Amino acid sequence: MTTTNDTTLLDTPVIQLGGVKKVYTMGTTQVFALRGVDLTVRRGEMIAVMGTSGSGKSTLMNILGCLDVPTEGTYALDGTLVNGSSRNALADLRNEKLGFVFQGFNLLARTSAIDNVELPLLYRKETSAAESRRRAEEALVRVGLGTRLDHEPSELSGGQQQRVAIARAMVTQPTLLLADEPTGNLDSRTSIEVMALFQELNEQGITILIVTHEPDIAQYARRIVEVRDGRIIRDHPVVGRRIASDDLNSIGEEVVAEIEEAA
Amino acid sequence: MRKSTLLKISLASILKNKLRTLLTMLGIVIGVGAVIIMVAIGNGAQTQIQHQIENLGTNLIVVTAGSTVQGGASQGAQSFNRLTVADVAKVKSQATMLSAVSPVIVTRTQIVGNSKNWRAEVNGVSTDYLTIRNWNVTSGALFTDDDVSAKRQVVVLGATVAKNLYPDMDPVGSEIRLGRSPFTIVGVLASKGQTASGADQDDVVLVPYTTAQTRLNGFTFLGQILASASDPAVLVAAQSEVRDIMRDAHGIVSGMPDDFTVRDQTTIAQAATSTSSVMTSLLAAIASVSLVVGGIGIMNIMLVSVTERTREIGIRMAIGARGGDVLTQFLVESVVMCLLGGIVGLGVGAGGAALVGHFTGWTVATPASAVLLATGFSAAVGIFFGYYPARKAAGLDPIQALRFE
Repeated sequence: MTTTNDTTLLDTPVIQLGGVKKVYTMGTTQVFALRGVDLTVRRGEMIAVMGTSGSGKSTLMNILGCLDVPTEGTYALDGTLVNGSSRNALADLRNEKLGFVFQGFNLLARTSAIDNVELPLLYRKETSAAESRRRAEEALVRVGLGTRLDHEPSELSGGQQQRVAIARAMVTQPTLLLADEPTGNLDSRTSIEVMALFQELNEQGITILIVTHEPDIAQYARRIVEVRDGRIIRDHPVVGRRIASDDLNSIGEEVVAEIEEAA
Repeated sequence: MRKSTLLKISLASILKNKLRTLLTMLGIVIGVGAVIIMVAIGNGAQTQIQHQIENLGTNLIVVTAGSTVQGGASQGAQSFNRLTVADVAKVKSQATMLSAVSPVIVTRTQIVGNSKNWRAEVNGVSTDYLTIRNWNVTSGALFTDDDVSAKRQVVVLGATVAKNLYPDMDPVGSEIRLGRSPFTIVGVLASKGQTASGADQDDVVLVPYTTAQTRLNGFTFLGQILASASDPAVLVAAQSEVRDIMRDAHGIVSGMPDDFTVRDQTTIAQAATSTSSVMTSLLAAIASVSLVVGGIGIMNIMLVSVTERTREIGIRMAIGARGGDVLTQFLVESVVMCLLGGIVGLGVGAGGAALVGHFTGWTVATPASAVLLATGFSAAVGIFFGYYPARKAAGLDPIQALRFE
């Protein structure tokens, strides 16, 4: 049932889910959040997971992000079996293989952009202080915030904060970048800017999984997986994929046109 | 995680909330400060008491006449007076661990001089007496060995006697009568104050013991013999040496009890020192209560901080912090806060002790051990009261923590 698009079929899949179920026990009642999910994501893919609230997509995200473990079924991340790992092993997996981008940015308050980006590297023993500083700066330059290294989150716009978050997710060179509603708190133009950044990073070979409920946003991915009632109901490549940088240019033209009309 | 990074992160967190950190530290500052002040005062009192004991006489050994038994009933110390000048001479020539020996003949008599009269204790002593009692003259001088051997009628007045008979003038050189005999005043003693039991040590006059024997009471026996050990370390040995010499002098065969008593002041000193050290511990214990209260303050703030920073903890865990990393971070924050508080408290305590000393005139002394103790104790408070909140932080579920508003 796995559909692959034009990306190359090299080596091990980044994500390999087999019959994943998740059951929450609330008092005496059992809530089936996931009822058997199979999913394979290969290196270099950009995939959007869609679904309404209560569809199970958040649970799926938590399991993919090694924040939670499946009740049943197997999950292999970049060839490493996640099932049955200890808390510490999960933490190490998150640090080494995953990058997180959240809806609410989740940056440390009153902490400069560069300190925020450097944070994941501080939880690694092998990276020296100078090296982690250099890599954090590099990641911020890459997301276009090279001039705002010492700004704190409160001094940055929403779009800029999300860029810092993306830089933080990228700084460890993860196997998989997970974005949970990354544009949920942003206006449409900033959303397109952030998607342009994701597309750019994907072009450079980074595997990206975006959870969203906005069909517009999903159109920037290469593949869409739709979740409902704890099951994948559709899994298809994007037809008529939108390119964010083109959209940004056309918005610019529209604005110019509007101004000209007004004048 | 590297240790230097950990310290940096913890310091950054502490500095982010300066007012709260300061208020939290205040508890430890006051706690440590109070302990230091109390220990300094207690320690000062101890030093002062030791000084006062030394003031009674340096390494004093007292030989008094022994007890006799009459018809089965012991008559108690000094009931049979058999200390003689010959004993003093023998002790002085044979003892190896004594620096000074003096006989003391005690009598009371009416003193008349400067058209006034006063009744005081008259002590007949040798020239060693002032050395033994650690006493000085403020005016004139003590009589000489020559005066002693010539049995001259010279007298040194105690401060109280001098004040009562010669309130407005230096009495040195004046004539005075002890009982019926005329004496010349050669010196006035420095004021020594009261004894522990309240007796006025200055209400006394000193005369050569030879003169006392011939002119004042006519007895050949001595009230007591005072001696001074050459070093505090040999006090006990010196005491038993004196005892052996005295037994020999009195011809007591082995197996028979002494007819004299040899005492020193170590028992008094020990009692006084242990009393004041109990007092010091008591003060420190009371002050420690405030340190514990300060520690509870730390725990309270750390718990609030963990709740408040739940989201931060979630973020840290999501990007790969292990439970242990979070635990160490919070523990280090708590310990750093306590240590800083402890160091400031040391300063406050030392300053406060100096102020107390300045305004009350008490002797205060901050011992080096108190400094170490306070620092160690504040770090221990940090670990003890910081562990539970840190544990709580480390045990958070990252998903819940990230969702926390």
